[in-house]
Amino acid sequence: MRLRRNLTTLSFLAPALVGIAVFFLYPLLSAVYFSFTKFDLLTVPRWVGPANYRRMAEDPFLLQSIRNTLWMVVVFVPVRIIGAIGLSMLLTQLKRGAGFFRTIFYLPALAPPVAATIAFVYLLKPGTGPVNTALGHLGIEGPLWFNSPEWAKPSLVLLGLWGIGDIMIIFLAAVLGVSPSLYEAASLDGANAWHRFRYVTLPSIRPVILFAAVTGVIYTLQYFDQAAVAGSIASGQAVTGGGISTSFGYPEGSTFTYPLWLYTAGFRYNALGYANAMAVALFVVALAVTVILLRRSKAFSGEDQ
Amino acid sequence: MTTPRRVRRQHRLAWIARHSLAIVLAIMFVTPVVYLFLISVMTSNQALTSDYWPDTWHFENYVRVFETTPLPRYLLNTVIYAVLATLFMLLSSVPAAYALAKLRFRGRNALFLTVICVMMLPPQVVTVPLYLMWARYGLTGSLAPLIIPMLFGDAFCIFLLRQFLLTIPSDYLDAARVDGCGEWRTLLRVVLPMARPGIAAAALFQFFYAWNDYYGPLLYTSENENAWTLSLGLASFHGVHHVDWNLVTAATVLAMAPIVVVFFFAQKAFVQGVTLTGVKG
Repeated sequence: MRLRRNLTTLSFLAPALVGIAVFFLYPLLSAVYFSFTKFDLLTVPRWVGPANYRRMAEDPFLLQSIRNTLWMVVVFVPVRIIGAIGLSMLLTQLKRGAGFFRTIFYLPALAPPVAATIAFVYLLKPGTGPVNTALGHLGIEGPLWFNSPEWAKPSLVLLGLWGIGDIMIIFLAAVLGVSPSLYEAASLDGANAWHRFRYVTLPSIRPVILFAAVTGVIYTLQYFDQAAVAGSIASGQAVTGGGISTSFGYPEGSTFTYPLWLYTAGFRYNALGYANAMAVALFVVALAVTVILLRRSKAFSGEDQ
Repeated sequence: MTTPRRVRRQHRLAWIARHSLAIVLAIMFVTPVVYLFLISVMTSNQALTSDYWPDTWHFENYVRVFETTPLPRYLLNTVIYAVLATLFMLLSSVPAAYALAKLRFRGRNALFLTVICVMMLPPQVVTVPLYLMWARYGLTGSLAPLIIPMLFGDAFCIFLLRQFLLTIPSDYLDAARVDGCGEWRTLLRVVLPMARPGIAAAALFQFFYAWNDYYGPLLYTSENENAWTLSLGLASFHGVHHVDWNLVTAATVLAMAPIVVVFFFAQKAFVQGVTLTGVKG
């Protein structure tokens, strides 16, 4: 009887268990092993000990890519969270058309990243783009956006703000879930709108902020598509055709993120051992960030609610 | 007690300010797509200028982009990838999510934590070993390395479905079991009909993920143009058709269009799905 029940359970889980073993555990362990070897697509892995990790310590490209990715984590993640909270607060205050505005703010989050990036590169084209043309009418000389090393990452942040809808929806649900009695109590105590937000809304949605921060960091650590496409289109070169573009990071390496360097090292320079060392480092960071979420969050505890 | 006029006026001003802000933001959110569309119906020459408004409207650009580029091929590949990935994901992930939500077994929490870790794993961590594995079987240069794994569960969808299935009261399942239903029959007969919104949300997420995916197709198919998807094709159009911006933008609008259509038909399931993954914090 017990055996039969276990077999039934197993029949539900078997595909997922195989998936975890083949597409998660096996490649993860392989990456750790490969990170101590040197090989390319044509040669057999040769054990070199910690040489790849030593090389990471003195790799200028790696340093640059870490700096870019850190910049994105420090700017992109908070800006997106603050923007999403702001938008969701605005939506809850609207008496008319809230559903319409919610749809408008949400939809861009679904746009294919490649299509969205193309749209923004056109929108922000330095010479003839509509944004700089409009700024010109106001007497302001617009920046070079995706073509300027200083402005390329802020342009990516703008693009990310356009796609803010998914976390906005999560915050909206959280804000709407705050108990009205808390607001009433605060109002009786004479709290104004800002105080109600600061002392009622914000503490109530704190778990959601943590969730958005952790998933935001994870998302930023793997930030690839928009950086690759923006660099290649702004530079006027195609990104594919053999798969590897020489335009990654354009202009002047300012959009060269950690995953871009990992991909380039592995599949353009065929330094597969080195790419795996970078992958292991990425895994350690992502795991550390995930553990923060798992330890602080109820939804992920695995217990029945 | 009547509200003083001053307060009433302040309320009205605040109302106007909030709605004006919402309208301005809404215009900013739709501008990129409207602008893309306007360029896509210009002549190639006008598309190179800083004009916003087409002098003459050339809707035939949308036909031309099908005739003069491999867009039909890209579209077909994208549909195959998105549809198969979604179907396979449902077959493998719904039972797993059901077990995690409703069955008791040893190691359930550990398994759930593992699913979370897989979900949080940046794809680049396992890119090289997986690429080598698929290359060994000669499947690089095709979309198979992106479709086949969906037969073995998708971590994010398992998580989403599990969160949804938790909201179904276990009483219904117990009633079915008392009536002599086995677990599989309980899942198919009782749970599936009740879980339709959650399943719809997971299916939509998976479909959109595949439709929008760029990294996966770039990794596995860039060597074989016959297997390229829309995202990959769009990114390379710029090199091939660098003068015909009207055609590039037309293709870009076409890549966005299905997403908008699907969203309007399934908005409720979708919003519910987004909420489920995050709100329980």
